[in-house]
Amino acid sequence: MVDKEQPDLLIVSSSPHLKTRETTQRLMADVLIALAPATAVAFWLFGLRAIALVVAAVASAVLTEHAVAALGKRKTTIGDLSAAITGLLIAFNIPPSAPFWLPVIGSMFAILIVKVAFGGLGGNFLNPALAARAMLLAAWPVHMTNWVRPFDLVATATPLATLVPKGVAGAELPTLVDMFIGRIPGCLGETSAIALLIGGAYLLWRKVIDWRTPVGFIGTVAVLTLVFGPSGLLSDITFAGRLQAAASHVLSGGLMLGAWFMATDYVTSPVTPKGRLIMGIGCGLLTVLIRLWGGYPEGVSYSILIMNVATPLIDRFTVPRKFGLVKKA
Amino acid sequence: MTAGKSFHGGIHPPYNKQATAALPIVDAAPPKTVVIPLHQHTGAPCEPLVKVGDEVKLGQKIGESQSFVSAPVHASVSGKVTAIEARPHPGSGLVQAVVIESDGLDTPDPGMVPAGDVAALSPEEIRKIIRAAGIVGLGGAAFPTAVKVSPPPGKAIDTVVLNGAECEPYLTADHRVMLEDPAAVIYGLRALMQACGAPRGMIAVEDNKPDAIEALQKSLSAADGIQIVVLHTKYPQGSEKQLVWACLEREVPSGGLPLDVGVVVSNVGTAAAVAQAIQSGKPLYERVVTVTGSAVAKPQNLRVRIGTSFADLIEQCGGLTDAGKVINGGPMMGIAQSSLDVPVIKGTSGILCLKRGEIIREQPTACLKCGRCVENCPMHLMPLWIAAYAERALHDEAERLNAMDCVECGCCSYICPARRPLVQAIRLSKYEIAARRRQAQAKKS
Repeated sequence: MVDKEQPDLLIVSSSPHLKTRETTQRLMADVLIALAPATAVAFWLFGLRAIALVVAAVASAVLTEHAVAALGKRKTTIGDLSAAITGLLIAFNIPPSAPFWLPVIGSMFAILIVKVAFGGLGGNFLNPALAARAMLLAAWPVHMTNWVRPFDLVATATPLATLVPKGVAGAELPTLVDMFIGRIPGCLGETSAIALLIGGAYLLWRKVIDWRTPVGFIGTVAVLTLVFGPSGLLSDITFAGRLQAAASHVLSGGLMLGAWFMATDYVTSPVTPKGRLIMGIGCGLLTVLIRLWGGYPEGVSYSILIMNVATPLIDRFTVPRKFGLVKKA
Repeated sequence: MTAGKSFHGGIHPPYNKQATAALPIVDAAPPKTVVIPLHQHTGAPCEPLVKVGDEVKLGQKIGESQSFVSAPVHASVSGKVTAIEARPHPGSGLVQAVVIESDGLDTPDPGMVPAGDVAALSPEEIRKIIRAAGIVGLGGAAFPTAVKVSPPPGKAIDTVVLNGAECEPYLTADHRVMLEDPAAVIYGLRALMQACGAPRGMIAVEDNKPDAIEALQKSLSAADGIQIVVLHTKYPQGSEKQLVWACLEREVPSGGLPLDVGVVVSNVGTAAAVAQAIQSGKPLYERVVTVTGSAVAKPQNLRVRIGTSFADLIEQCGGLTDAGKVINGGPMMGIAQSSLDVPVIKGTSGILCLKRGEIIREQPTACLKCGRCVENCPMHLMPLWIAAYAERALHDEAERLNAMDCVECGCCSYICPARRPLVQAIRLSKYEIAARRRQAQAKKS
């Protein structure tokens, strides 16, 4: 690196001498833009409390990463915006009734343990926001499942709890329209399918994410819930009933958020197109397994975390055939 | 005219050809001194045939090698040899060169005699003419053309493909040659087809050069056995293996050459040079060079005598302002120069002068595994991993991941959002692996 500029000398470096203008920072900025609609909806549904939680989570993530760099006497990495995204996603994964210290601790865990301890950006093998959510759910299960209704913030159950076979008796399933718009109880950022779809479409248009993971994920959930219906048995329910069940499953819980924004995280998902499709399908399969036959009402976070761990294996088995491969006779 | 099949991966950099695409080729001012390197081709270097103090004529052979894989060099001016010494070379380092002081007369060498119509020549005669004229691939790799059209026994060639893709941004030399002298390009192709016994010829042109395509189409006659193939504009369409795939849907085997699938690929400028060698006995002592870039005042397409210094040409184009890099070739695979006192060699297709502000010199950051390098690699490799191994000097692992199949196009480094030096690291491994293979080969024999 030339420290002092010497304008009379020519720069000599190895080709190529051109680079795309799209940096890591720009890609991350696009993700933040894509998350803006869901953030706006969170504010609409859950009020100022939502914004305060978002600020707490993001500030905690960014400051933690900055502090680590400062203590280690290295250049800060918060400029690449990945810590901010982690913070925002953590806020999106907690109920709006959560106490403020919850996302603060979650963010610190995500940055310090999941990311920095493994080498910082690019070194983590688990999605930081999801791993933090899993930790918070294990440590503070009551705070993490204390659902409230939108607007009046009265305590209630999520649609998912009513969807599952052993669901809350007598509870009414919200309409598909409400689920699509997001006027349902749930985590801060996961309720509005439309807001997340707009974000997802933006990321596809900007070529930030590969369509294979989200389409594989959502598609698999839709197909499997269509086949197995709400009760998980191939029981005698009408086709309309199955369609309703499939639509409800696709629109509820953390599926939209997970499929578009979490499973597509570069660092923890496969690097080949075929691998990404496998990731999407694998996540979908595991989500349905957990939701219909497992002990938890929600399976998205665990399915993604399990597929994160499987990613190196997927990468190894989906190495593209090289051009000009000479087949051994 | 047919549409070619594209290839996997590749990038669309800003092409920036508008500065020179419409400018006709102009003769550069005759140089006062030329520096002719004795090694400006792939293969064995030449030995000088002249001594200091000798008078030489334009087109006279001044260097030759007895090796099969080589090509002679010729004087590009008439005058006196003032030195034979090591001089800076745009490829790298210092290379033995013949320095000639021009007398401004351009007295032609009497050996420059037309050879008659190509139809009357035998393949062996054509190869002799090509070799004697010192013709090498003008696309940049400078492989001796006579060797290329001498396939070993048992390898039949059915198609000669001319590379008119010119996929590198900024360069327009081939474009202008195709547009201004399509007859020479086609004549040269016929000669190459005859030399290697191929019944079919193709001229592959990217679709961003519709005027060149039209000019070539007009000059073709049905009896030639030649067709124009229009290719989707994408870098690196002009890369040999990708070109063979796009035109013929044949994959050149790993470690092999196009002749392994019955094809010979040559540059359109090379074909034009072959035509001139046959029609007027002219050896390769000049070529078209695109001098361009935002740092040069008047970009142009110049017909340049081999051995003219970059400094001379840049001065003729109005000089440099705020130059950051001066590159021999195009921006994706060209070589950045440390001085302007280097000569134009046979493989110099362009002199690209980029402004300081255009040079991106950000520090690399962590690999995100975003997969863009994998998606864009035209050889279907996984650059992020090969580079990771190369950086840790684990060259065996890099070899296992097919580092040697890398064509060094630079798409990976171009597209990496983390600014990682991918192709640069892969080159390190390729260099090491090649050295090890040479050592192993030497031990065997």
